[in-house]
Amino acid sequence: MSGMVLTTRDVVREFGGGRKWFGTPRPHVRAVDGVSLDVARGRTLGIVGESGCGKSTMARMMVGLLLPTSGTIEIDGASVADLARTDRRTLHRKVQMVFQDPLGSLNPRKTVQQILEAPLKALHGMGRAARRDRVAELMSLVSLRAEFAERYPHEFSGGQSQRIGIARALAANPEVIVLDEPVSALDVSVQAQVLMLLADLQARLGLTYVFISHDLAVVETISDEVAVMYFGKVVERGPRARIFADPQHEYTKLLLASIPGARRAGPPG
Amino acid sequence: MSGRPSAWRLLTQNGVVAFGLALLGVMVLIVLLAPVLPLLDPNVTDVAHRLKPPLYPGHWLGTDQVGRDILSRLIWGTRLSLVVGLTAALVAAAIGSAIGLSSAFYGGLADTLLMRGIDMLMAFPYLLLALAIVAALGPGLFNAMMAIIVVNIPFFARGVRGGTLSVVNADFMAAARLSGLSDWQIIATELFPNVLPGIVIGVSTTVGWMILETAGLSFLGLGAQPPQADLGGMLGEGRNLIQVAPHVATIPGIVILLLAVGINLVGDGLRDVLDPKLKSGGLARTHARTAAASSEARRAGLQPAGDAARQPLAVRGLHTQFTVGRNVYKAVGGVSFTVKPGEAVGLVGESGSGKTVTALSIAGLVATPPGKITRGEILHHGEDLVDVPMQRLQAVRGGTIAYVFQDPLTTLNPLIPVGEQVAETIRRHQNLPRAEAWRKAVALLESVRLPDAANRARSYPHEFSGGQRQRIGIAMALANNPEVIVADEPTTALDVTTQAQVLALLNDLRRERNAALVFISHDVGVIAELCDTVHVMYGGKVVESGPVAAVLQTPAHPYTQRLLACVPVLGNPERKIEPIPGLPPATNALPEGCAFAPRCHLAEARCSAAEIELAPVSADHFARCVRVAA
Ligand SMILES: Nc1ncnc2c1ncn2[C@@H]1O[C@H](COP(=O)(O)OP(=O)(O)O)[C@@H](O)[C@H]1O
Ligand code: SF4
Ligand SMILES: [Mg+2]
Repeated sequence: MSGMVLTTRDVVREFGGGRKWFGTPRPHVRAVDGVSLDVARGRTLGIVGESGCGKSTMARMMVGLLLPTSGTIEIDGASVADLARTDRRTLHRKVQMVFQDPLGSLNPRKTVQQILEAPLKALHGMGRAARRDRVAELMSLVSLRAEFAERYPHEFSGGQSQRIGIARALAANPEVIVLDEPVSALDVSVQAQVLMLLADLQARLGLTYVFISHDLAVVETISDEVAVMYFGKVVERGPRARIFADPQHEYTKLLLASIPGARRAGPPG
Repeated sequence: MSGRPSAWRLLTQNGVVAFGLALLGVMVLIVLLAPVLPLLDPNVTDVAHRLKPPLYPGHWLGTDQVGRDILSRLIWGTRLSLVVGLTAALVAAAIGSAIGLSSAFYGGLADTLLMRGIDMLMAFPYLLLALAIVAALGPGLFNAMMAIIVVNIPFFARGVRGGTLSVVNADFMAAARLSGLSDWQIIATELFPNVLPGIVIGVSTTVGWMILETAGLSFLGLGAQPPQADLGGMLGEGRNLIQVAPHVATIPGIVILLLAVGINLVGDGLRDVLDPKLKSGGLARTHARTAAASSEARRAGLQPAGDAARQPLAVRGLHTQFTVGRNVYKAVGGVSFTVKPGEAVGLVGESGSGKTVTALSIAGLVATPPGKITRGEILHHGEDLVDVPMQRLQAVRGGTIAYVFQDPLTTLNPLIPVGEQVAETIRRHQNLPRAEAWRKAVALLESVRLPDAANRARSYPHEFSGGQRQRIGIAMALANNPEVIVADEPTTALDVTTQAQVLALLNDLRRERNAALVFISHDVGVIAELCDTVHVMYGGKVVESGPVAAVLQTPAHPYTQRLLACVPVLGNPERKIEPIPGLPPATNALPEGCAFAPRCHLAEARCSAAEIELAPVSADHFARCVRVAA
């Protein structure tokens, strides 16, 4: 139960590039530029950085939705890129994702029941009755009333939708969940509910999180390790307490100094 | 399917659409019944009775040039035209959709190749292409139909590809992949159901055209061949007799017209029902200012304004509501606050608490319909902006009271260089020559620290980053030296480092120009950084107000207390964040009394008994809670 469950080595991802129909090569963007990270089992790695710094691209590569241009990502010692090409089911039983836009990540034309059943059937081959029980269990795990399962996504608030998104990820029974700005679209009071839920689930199920956010205070609350990204690179990483108490990189210092005073404990400075 | 009006209800509610539906229904019923109706054989000639006018005994609509019964030919012809048009539309939609879907889903080379092919087809003039195809295949109804199908495929492919692309990139497609669904399952259960409404809209709006196009080919003699007749063929045959027997051509002409009208009315109706963007009267014209109840009704029960009448802005007892169908959303339910010169007033609250509607009500910018100011007044140096003449209101908007919004892209015109837009705003309120307005605009852009302002003023909005655009938005607001700047979540879309810069900028400008600031945010940290006074909103009401330090450090209202307990604080990760159970209230079903009662751990019976007034906590600190009221 120890050691690193997810590791990335020198991961690079470029977009665009290649050649046009005839002739001129297109410019390409290096969204992720040589990122190496380790995520310990049962712990939370927080990734902070500003918009466009490559956080989401990193997240999508970790779950195999995107393939790296170069470098490797391994989960439990197996290559995520290889699994994504050859055995997606095995991959998605290991690693899942929760998205930023709570409503956008739920198919508007499926009921919650159907949304939650899909991974149970496709990834775990569960039968009808077993699926029903498990959906009820998942709903209670994320503190939603079981009868809500018959409803459509648009009938839920942002916070409720995000709980459904978390339940969908949990349905796969994964070891690792990559959460890409999971509370950024939520109101403060609801954001707190979801953060508590995530902490509670981690304690109960021994989950490993990669938690991506632009909000430093949120990342500080939930993470054990923190990586700071800037223009596709990790400029600083380390244990949470060290990063926040004694930032080394100029960019980390700037980020910390940009937080409004009232959201900082102690005398500003 | 409970509660929501069915598509059929929505469709038939609209009078025009219902008319089209009835028209089409009657026509379809008649042609369906054609085999059992007592009709003469449409192809039997009777030269002795040729070109008889309508109402001729035995021939209700008369006869044509070889004595065939026009009524019978018309009904059978309409039947044929409908079948051909519908088949063509369905086949073209099926093939076009398949191309568009797979093109968008697989992307890459497949997409490029398919779309190049489609571009090539679309490069030909449309009817010319149809004519060329029929010429190649030889005349005949089936070949005409093929031609119409081929020329229509590109339209469907294009449209469906566009619709699919927006679905393909949706997060739920990624979520489906992570759920282990195969490509086919994803296409069938995730993609297709979400693209289908677009396809239906496409079919319903083109089927009319396709019927006309087939009729056109028949009219030219390339479609239905004698003696078989479709509507176009009949029209073509009658064309030569237009002098002697006008009815032979006119009657099928009228039927073509009715058919086209019916189909297009129904098609448009269907589109309105299926396209959520057009639903709820999204296209309805909005008024130039927010509607308001009569001034007596609005001012009933208001205290005399007193000192507030001398301030640049005093919102007094404001109630703004939206009526949508049978629901009344009480977005703002009695908000009062005063803004002194140079003061920064914060409105803080979660989404839906009424901050934006309050801000928009100030200059009458709430959309009407459905919005209306039912009570209260907005004083600008004692002048009630709710009922000043329109011309005066326009002078105030963007003049003495200016707005900055969350996303300046929505207020900037994408086609005009930003400098020109700022200059235009200046000229709208000040009588300045063009060149001077431009110089002022550049100076303003410099004052908001847009780098290289003199040159960048010639750039278009999309050429700037989010933070730079917000600076331009602020420059625009400053254009006419406003007394009050209303800024609605101006930094919410920005990164923290950019946010810090924009906040510092706003603060400097306020100090330099002594402009008052109404600053709206859901982030207490930002409010604390910038504001002197704060009003905490919940369920459309101010629940606590006072100096920022007092309200945020010694909150008196349970909601403020618990809201602050939810906010993670940097440097104190061990502090337990305590969520508030439940959800903010829906403004169309606000509870009686305290709107926070259902979530409040201190709630008791009297909280929900009656309206609770703001009560003083100290001289300038107020809260709306039974525990505060003496
Ligand atoms: N055009 C509209 N039609 C109907 N209801 C509306 C409209 N605009 C706002 N509302 C309602 O008004 C309430 C307050 O909204 P808003 O002022 O935007 O809140 P905030 O800015 O605090 O997030 C919400 O319940 C919202 O649903
Ligand atoms: S009035 Fe009652 S329910 Fe409302 S905040 Fe005060 S104690 Fe809570
Ligand atoms: Mg708002």
